[in-house]
Amino acid sequence: MVEWTDQERTLIANIFANLDYEDIVKPDVSCHHSLCLRCLIVYPWTQRYFGGFGNLYNADAIMNNPMISAHGVKILHGLDRAVKNMDDIKNAYATLSELHSEKLHVDPDNFRLLSDCLSIVIASKMGYDFTPDLQAAWQKFLTVVVFALGRQYH
Amino acid sequence: MSLTAKDKNTVKTFWGKISGKAEDIGCDALSRMLVVYPQTKTYFSHWKDLSPGSAPVRKHGKTVMTGIGEAVGKIDDLVGGLITLSELHAFQLRVDPANFKILSHNILVVLAGMFPNDFTPEVHVSMDKFLSALALALSEKYR
Repeated sequence: MVEWTDQERTLIANIFANLDYEDIVKPDVSCHHSLCLRCLIVYPWTQRYFGGFGNLYNADAIMNNPMISAHGVKILHGLDRAVKNMDDIKNAYATLSELHSEKLHVDPDNFRLLSDCLSIVIASKMGYDFTPDLQAAWQKFLTVVVFALGRQYH
Repeated sequence: MSLTAKDKNTVKTFWGKISGKAEDIGCDALSRMLVVYPQTKTYFSHWKDLSPGSAPVRKHGKTVMTGIGEAVGKIDDLVGGLITLSELHAFQLRVDPANFKILSHNILVVLAGMFPNDFTPEVHVSMDKFLSALALALSEKYR
């Protein structure tokens, strides 16, 4: 059972309150905040899961691929479920975990890669507001999410 | 996952842009590491103050970034160029190599926060590869 301090709950809720999902996933050249773009470029082997998404041959193609942006928003909405069930993320994610294991066949190590990328994108967006304490709470939250997502694998 | 010529150029160019702020970067990255990964504090029990931005943290952040700057200069042969540093980490400091990855992550977080426009996905991947190669070179003498 994960213990959250009041401070951690507030910090995490604040990140989500100020997060514009469309902004985080949009392929904006000037701010490079796009989450999916970053993950697919920095860890190119993650592209293996997006064979049906069309053209991913280079950064430009990925950047302008609407299916990729839509998927980014889907992932972020998935995180909503965790924020709304912070005291029982394990069970809240049981069906999602089964989905990723049985249907999507995603190597759970990818969850960690995506979460590292997400932290870096949030840092890029928030600058100095992404304090060490905020980073600690955020990464603790993501660690719990990643663990819950990997739990139903067998 | 070795460094291509493009990676090396990207790293050298980016380093040129950020080296002026190396001390701040090192201080911030180390501060974050000690807060976000408290197990890393075990290596610094001899410091009086482990809080973010404290004097020992700033001083050590500068030391670390100087080492990284050295590595940028030796990017064509990291293993050969960093033998002395590797021996230091292996025989004297005996830092568990898993921690190199942790510090690398925090350096990337700081770079993203301080240089959001320059830290493009292309720069990110080259820097991530470089820091991984650096960590490997530092681990060379461990066993």
